[in-house]
Amino acid sequence: MTKALEISDLKKTYKGGFQALKGIDLSVENGDFFALLGPNGAGKSTTIGVITSLVNKSAGSVKVFGYDIDQALETAKSHIGLVPQEFNFNQFESLTKILVNQAGYYGVDRETAHQRAEKYLKQLDLWEKRDNAARMLSGGMKRRLMIARALMHEPQMLILDEPTAGVDIELRRSMWDFLRELNKQGITIILTTHYLEEAEMLCRNIAIIDSGVIVENTDMKSLLAKLDLETFILDLKPNSNTPVLNGFCYRVIDDHTVEVDVKKSQRINDVFAQLSEQNIDVISMRNKSNRLEELFVSLVGTGEKAEEV
Amino acid sequence: MSSTRNMVALKSILHKETHRFMRIWVQTLVPPAITISLYFVIFGSLIGSRIGQMGGFDYMSFIVPGLIMMSVITNSYSNVASSFFSAKWQRNVEEMLVAPVPNWVIVAGYVGGGMARGILVGLIVTIIAMFFTQIQIHNVWVIIATVALTSATFALGGLINAVFAGSFDDISIIPTFVLTPLTYLGGVFYSISLLPDFWQGVSKINPIVYMVNAFRYGFLGISDVSLPVAFGVLGAFIIGLYAVAMYLITKGIGLRS
Repeated sequence: MTKALEISDLKKTYKGGFQALKGIDLSVENGDFFALLGPNGAGKSTTIGVITSLVNKSAGSVKVFGYDIDQALETAKSHIGLVPQEFNFNQFESLTKILVNQAGYYGVDRETAHQRAEKYLKQLDLWEKRDNAARMLSGGMKRRLMIARALMHEPQMLILDEPTAGVDIELRRSMWDFLRELNKQGITIILTTHYLEEAEMLCRNIAIIDSGVIVENTDMKSLLAKLDLETFILDLKPNSNTPVLNGFCYRVIDDHTVEVDVKKSQRINDVFAQLSEQNIDVISMRNKSNRLEELFVSLVGTGEKAEEV
Repeated sequence: MSSTRNMVALKSILHKETHRFMRIWVQTLVPPAITISLYFVIFGSLIGSRIGQMGGFDYMSFIVPGLIMMSVITNSYSNVASSFFSAKWQRNVEEMLVAPVPNWVIVAGYVGGGMARGILVGLIVTIIAMFFTQIQIHNVWVIIATVALTSATFALGGLINAVFAGSFDDISIIPTFVLTPLTYLGGVFYSISLLPDFWQGVSKINPIVYMVNAFRYGFLGISDVSLPVAFGVLGAFIIGLYAVAMYLITKGIGLRS
């Protein structure tokens, strides 16, 4: 089956000599929900820029549903819907005009474009604002407008660069549901995000990019299975004795909070057993941070060391 | 399939561009109407009556074609320069760049928008002129061809200006320091045959002389330059500027990293 995206040995050096991509290889299956993660300046937006032809590559090849962007750029572009990181619509145009014009650039006639605009504005809860100038929208509404715009030509692949940045939790979750529904309909989704929870909840496969190099490219389950260590925060009954946990790395934060690192080879039951022996009651327990976040930090750290070598 | 898609894309850009200048008509259509009315009052009625005849016609009739052409030049240029630069500045030009729109469609769409504004303002100015003098028409096809080619030439110029512009100031430099002097020295207000031979020769380097005179020929049947040469100059400018515009858009100068 043709892959949605195949990137091979992709390199990009900007004027001035900054090498943003150092030969990345990436493959995304048709119908996948794929996360591309990396710290700021890692090369995520450059990669998306090359795929969507906003950035000229220095070397390598990019194929979208089998169409090479060097040989069949227009066909390749017709399969992609892009939701960029920055708001990039005409702030003075109405929502309907922005959507209908965008559809027109892909050859969608105005009648069909108006029907689709109504469909997506309603689905994304923007219908009431359809005649307003885009600049009148809130940040969350502007993000949803860019999603609607990217869907106007009904692409097979949707690329979202930080789609929920600055969006409140309730709205973020409704956007997640919307994206999941699109993916169920068969649309391949590629997502970059700073919210690692978002990638963990939505995506099946993941690539981590750092300093222009892919440092990990696997499925989400395999990646999380690599996590060797989890940190738990235990809330103890106030005025408890100072805990002593043999065999564990731990930090006493205050008289009723302790952080414990638990390796895969260890059991959290042993922590509770030791605390129980010391007559210390645990009131509650939680993860210190998102699991993916811990792995991400360790992988990116590895990447940096590799660069230094 | 591809040609149908391209036509829909072209119509979309044209629709967007014409809607843009119609939406802000107070900024785009009213000022040239007021400016040209003042020219007619001051140069035509007040001063013109003391000048007498120029090229065998009363001064008002003589300057009307040049003033219409001046409006067409200014508006077709500034429409594309400001619209395309604004699209760059707001980054909504990316809407077209990520879509399967061929570069020639982008160029044709913006140039078409500039031509539409230039021609519409030209019509408004012509209507205003009818309040001041009786408009004569010698050859309507020359009028149509000249206005179409001239507006296309300056719309292409505006697009090239916008591609290179880094700020809003940059899109006013060329109109202020190049277009306005060339227009004033382009035979709008006088026949270049009045100039000494040397300055007549210098004037013939100015492309606007050919545009104004071809246009004046369409109205009055008089011209300081040969009509085929005028159309040759216009054609050469369009081909040259189109080639430059296509090169810049294809290379993504100022548009792609």
